[in-house]
Amino acid sequence: MKYWVVKFWVISTMALAFTACGKQTAEETTPADASYQETLMVQLLDAKPGDVIDIPEGVFAFDRSLSLTVDGVTIRGQGMDKSVLSFKNQVAGAEGLLVTANDFTIEDLAIEDTKGDALKISEGENIIIRRVRTEWTGGPKTSNGAYGIYPVQTKNVLMEENVAIAAADAGLYIGQSQNVIVRNNRAEYNVAGIEIENTFDADVYGNVATKNTGGILVFNMPNLKQPGARTRVFNNEVYENNTKNFGHEGTPVASIPAGSGVVVNSNDQVEIFDNDIKDNKTANVIIASIFSSGISQDGMQDDFDPYPEGIYIYDNRFEGGGNNPDGLELQALKIAVAGPMGSIPDILWDGYVDEEKFVDGALPDDMRPCVQNGEAKVLNVDGPNNNKSPRIVDDGHDCALEKLPAITLTGALAE
Amino acid sequence: MKPSVQLFIAVLAAGVFLSACSQEKTLTPAFFPHENPEALSDWGMFSASKGVLQLGEGVTPYDLATPLFSDYALKLRTVWIPGGAAQYDADNAFDFPLGTVITKTFYYPLQGNTDFNAVTYGPDRTVNNGVMKLEGYRLIETRILVRREEGWAALPYVWNDEQTDAVLQRTGAIKPMTLHRPDGRSEDFSYLVPNANQCAACHATNASTKEIQPIGMKARHLNKRSTFNPSVGQLNDWITLGLLSGDFDEAIGASANVDYRDGTIPVAIRARSYLDINCSHCHNPNGAADTSGLDLEPGATGPALGVCKSPIAAGGGSGGLPFDIVPGATDQSITLFRMETTDPGAMMPELGRAITHEEGVELISSWISAMDGDCG
Repeated sequence: MKYWVVKFWVISTMALAFTACGKQTAEETTPADASYQETLMVQLLDAKPGDVIDIPEGVFAFDRSLSLTVDGVTIRGQGMDKSVLSFKNQVAGAEGLLVTANDFTIEDLAIEDTKGDALKISEGENIIIRRVRTEWTGGPKTSNGAYGIYPVQTKNVLMEENVAIAAADAGLYIGQSQNVIVRNNRAEYNVAGIEIENTFDADVYGNVATKNTGGILVFNMPNLKQPGARTRVFNNEVYENNTKNFGHEGTPVASIPAGSGVVVNSNDQVEIFDNDIKDNKTANVIIASIFSSGISQDGMQDDFDPYPEGIYIYDNRFEGGGNNPDGLELQALKIAVAGPMGSIPDILWDGYVDEEKFVDGALPDDMRPCVQNGEAKVLNVDGPNNNKSPRIVDDGHDCALEKLPAITLTGALAE
Repeated sequence: MKPSVQLFIAVLAAGVFLSACSQEKTLTPAFFPHENPEALSDWGMFSASKGVLQLGEGVTPYDLATPLFSDYALKLRTVWIPGGAAQYDADNAFDFPLGTVITKTFYYPLQGNTDFNAVTYGPDRTVNNGVMKLEGYRLIETRILVRREEGWAALPYVWNDEQTDAVLQRTGAIKPMTLHRPDGRSEDFSYLVPNANQCAACHATNASTKEIQPIGMKARHLNKRSTFNPSVGQLNDWITLGLLSGDFDEAIGASANVDYRDGTIPVAIRARSYLDINCSHCHNPNGAADTSGLDLEPGATGPALGVCKSPIAAGGGSGGLPFDIVPGATDQSITLFRMETTDPGAMMPELGRAITHEEGVELISSWISAMDGDCG
């Protein structure tokens, strides 16, 4: 009996070994180097403030997550297509690299195919993420990890020239943070291309967001340590974000309709200007409250502000879009307001307002979505009345708000 | 029995006895204030030879009301304090003096005797007079927490195949093994020995200060009948042994978690004890998982505890479900999905589990099933 067990074990091990070999030659031109895992782990453990950890050129395989806890460390590869950390065979750990440290810089490398998030940076100040590629190489799939580049509870952060592909939540995400610049990145085939969540003072510019479900998101979610406000989204190219939503049901991004350009949800003081936004099939811009997010209000903290207020949209170049919205409800809505051949206007607003803040029967200017954008129109979908009387609003948004100041990074990140 | 055989046995027994004595004499625990010794034996907390694990002088075994689940590994926990005593605290981890060494050794009963990687589970081994028998068991790793001048340091040691010593493996390890459940089912899994940073990921219970703290060394986890001196409570025992100082009366009345398996205790109390030890080192108001807004410490209620709480950044961790806990609806509760799955990107805890803890899932299921209300 025992003999058979052992024999079976040997045979199955051999079979495994064969499959593994076959797989490698079939799928990878450069076999990933597994011996480097130990080397890099030791470097991360032994790092001292001021150290630069150089990642050589090559594809390196990891079977478990990496982490760094030392302040003042730089991790530098040879380029986002040259130094590749592959987690295809990961068996443990919820991310590829987890950093819990200040004064951290990572640049010029790629993190591929992690089981969870690719690069998570939690509770750090003075963070630079530059020319990093995070990618799930099988393309958009629900089974992909949630976030590509994921700083959370950070301060003074620069994310630039990164590439994020096929995250099942957000490609480039920053949450519960303060003083942030997200510029010149490229996000494609993610559910959310770039997402700014519960963050104060962010500038998002020079980015390309395309082929995501939603291009650029500025969200506030309840029950977190801080809300967010004051984000400027400008000079970005946000086009053809029409990929079918492959997010996990129940997550906030799963409710984003495919074909969303720039989406604001429950956040305040958001400026959207000088962007090229086109061919996003549901709408080029969506302004919504938590009530349209699929998030339950049951568990919502009492002091959470569910209304997007002080949203200022001006001088964008809109083109196309709104012609084929995602889902039956939005399709019906489109036909109701624009006819079968028409399109949803560039700006779609769910129409929820906080009546407690009314002055003389209307929201004061600084609470309203204000639009100074040439021909662009606003569609109020009348969310509070179950979309009973959706209407294109000709007046009511002709207001201007005080512009937000540019973000200045401080310390070593100051320009 | 023939006299010669008796004599032989007597000689053998004496031999064992003598060798045990000589071991005891040499086994003096040591505190390394800076250096990280390569061999576990250098610490002198225990030695392993001839099929027994021998505790060093003054090294005290202890256990917890409900332990953290680690892929069904059994655990031997010890504490050694070179001078002074830990300071009692009603809520937080006790404050241990400089030089304290806490160990946790992970081991499994072997399934049969042909395959060193085939393991099973069962009750913890007992320790009698500082000796634990090893026959039929496999020691996997010993994690050391040492209280140094600059704070606690966490060091993982991996046992050799000869089971004579463990070596420092700061980068951790993956051990492929097969778990045989008592009902005959078996499954392959990758046992994770955490690297030193991963140790900190759980032990930095305040993610802002990032200070490493012991997890189980809280009054509510330790306040139980002593397993190793069963006539008294464990905290009393510690006071008697000089390991614990502080308000004696307060220690007697300290809050107490329960054994999650004890069917005589209401399921809600058992569930909260289970969630506390397994989750609250991250899921507390200042922990690494405060990003999620989920708090699983004993005092949490409502959405903070997960009731009707939407996921925030869970990604695949949501399992396509709406809330962490939907009262009465186990199939709608993310908490259970994350406890059941073994996908590293979705499961909870994130580290140190590769197998579903079926008994834990069953307990939390019963708790959620019995809850009243709905999520609208």
